[in-house]
Amino acid sequence: MRQGKYRFVIGFLAIPVTLYAVFVIGPYAQAFYIAMTNWRGVSANPKFIGFENFTRLFQDEVFWKAVSHHVVLLLVLPLFTLGIALFLAFLINVAGGSRGGAMRGIWGSKFYRVVFFLPQVLAVAIVGVVFLQIYRPDGTGVANWLLGRFGHDPVLWLTDTWPLPQVNIAFLTIISVMVWQAVGFYVVLFSAGMSSIPAEIYESAALDGCGQLRMFFSVTLPLLWDTLQVAWVYLSIAAFDGFILVQIMSTETGGPGKATTVLPLEIWEKAFNFARFGYASAMGVALFFMTLTFAALALRVTRRERIELS
Amino acid sequence: MTATKLDTERTTPPPIYPAAREPRYVGPRRNVFNGLSHVALVVWAITVTLPILWTFLGAFKSNTEIFGDPFALPDQFRLDAWGRAFTKAHIGQYMLNTVIVVAFSTAGTMLFGSMAAYVLARYKFIGNRLIYYIFVAGLVFPVFLALVPLFFVVRNLGLLNTHLGLILVYIAYSLPFTVFFMAAFFRTLPTSVAEQAMIDGASHTRTFFQIMVPMAKPGLISITIFNVLGQWNQYLLPIVLLSGEVENKWVLTQGIANINTSAGYEADWPGLFAALSMAIIPMIIVYVIFQRQIQSGLTAGALK
Repeated sequence: MRQGKYRFVIGFLAIPVTLYAVFVIGPYAQAFYIAMTNWRGVSANPKFIGFENFTRLFQDEVFWKAVSHHVVLLLVLPLFTLGIALFLAFLINVAGGSRGGAMRGIWGSKFYRVVFFLPQVLAVAIVGVVFLQIYRPDGTGVANWLLGRFGHDPVLWLTDTWPLPQVNIAFLTIISVMVWQAVGFYVVLFSAGMSSIPAEIYESAALDGCGQLRMFFSVTLPLLWDTLQVAWVYLSIAAFDGFILVQIMSTETGGPGKATTVLPLEIWEKAFNFARFGYASAMGVALFFMTLTFAALALRVTRRERIELS
Repeated sequence: MTATKLDTERTTPPPIYPAAREPRYVGPRRNVFNGLSHVALVVWAITVTLPILWTFLGAFKSNTEIFGDPFALPDQFRLDAWGRAFTKAHIGQYMLNTVIVVAFSTAGTMLFGSMAAYVLARYKFIGNRLIYYIFVAGLVFPVFLALVPLFFVVRNLGLLNTHLGLILVYIAYSLPFTVFFMAAFFRTLPTSVAEQAMIDGASHTRTFFQIMVPMAKPGLISITIFNVLGQWNQYLLPIVLLSGEVENKWVLTQGIANINTSAGYEADWPGLFAALSMAIIPMIIVYVIFQRQIQSGLTAGALK
């Protein structure tokens, strides 16, 4: 039997490892080299130019614009998504009171969970097209029609860059779609965490005269801390993407005037619209190091907490 | 024998909670809070459903009605936009392409992913840890870094603008999560059953397909759902690997994004809404049927 073992192991690993090496590891490794070439155009002969792409990158205004948008995403996306999701999950799970040793969900809790999760299964690209219609600049989109009912003039949702270059209406509109789609996932995630909190804790807190607001901040939130950290790491990784919605919803690819652009979009545009393969790869390397730094940071923060808890 | 027994134990549904009845104590304060909770929950439920309902409604309207009151019903329910979306805008073709690509790529992902995961989880050999960590490292790498070389790798293999190329790339990029999750799952399964099968003379391969795969069914289902949804909703890889010249090979997401641009030129807004509806409705039906599995499948990664 033992002699068959290695043949079996190799037989089972051959195809997956080959596919992975050819389409994933190979390209990742090549990207670092391409980033140091001046490769332009499909058939051109690329030349090694060292770190020239990177020095040019750091002087590129558009690059810094995109980076600043990721910083905004890192702050705004978790804040709104987790805020709304925590609030809704608390209402669904705790507002119903306790019964039989576990907190009973509010009436219709199952229905709410099913509805809230729905956007998560829709393709981001399709959601983007739907919201492009909802945020139409004239009075015909739902958003402006609603504003019109309150006597407000139509807002140029996707073309207005007021008030700040980083935090402008066009970018916030796109972020709102990200939040719309993500909230349900975290409601379900937090619901799973909340349902494992024993009801006695809530009951004794209620006996001590603890109101719902205190209950949330003093009981639910601390006991949900682990799940919350996982959620935060997830959203932070998502904050380095944003490609699909910006590509579909923004005017003139990350516009107006690159007011909504993100790094993935710049990489894609430089590579496949302008055939600047070297420069696009340099941007990819920059994005890689940003994501990696952040992932390492997040891992350290969450790991330290876990040790303290055990 | 033991395998089937374990299997049934695993798939037993969780205990059913007692049906909701009147709460034990209903104070006035509790009532107010409960009422306000419902208001907040209903507001979000409307926020979620309204954009989708508005899209469906628009598919039955005329061009002028779409530019009127957004929630007014059309004076008659027109179906012509649906026909236009299906044939002229090729939604039927895009959907068929997506089904073909996702069927093969998910099947391939699950087969090769669990084969690799099983070997990495249960067999000791030199390089095991190294291969495992290289797979898992793929979870953190942004796909945008690989985009340029990937395009040329696929082109040099002659697979650019083919479904086969897209399928192979989908499988390769789905392996990290599948291997990571399935390896963790195979590690939790008891070793005694597989050992007994080997003593009874089953080969390694047979043990895997006839004993281990059935035992791993719950995990396989979760990850299959995760991969089906992820690959169905892919947008970046298709727009890079299936270019504008092969419109008949496009998948749904890139097709819809393209209709969005052309609807503006041709002013066929009902056609766009019908196309969107046709893309959304199958997802909602699948979701309603499998919602419990989908919710646990998608959150599986976070709760591992």
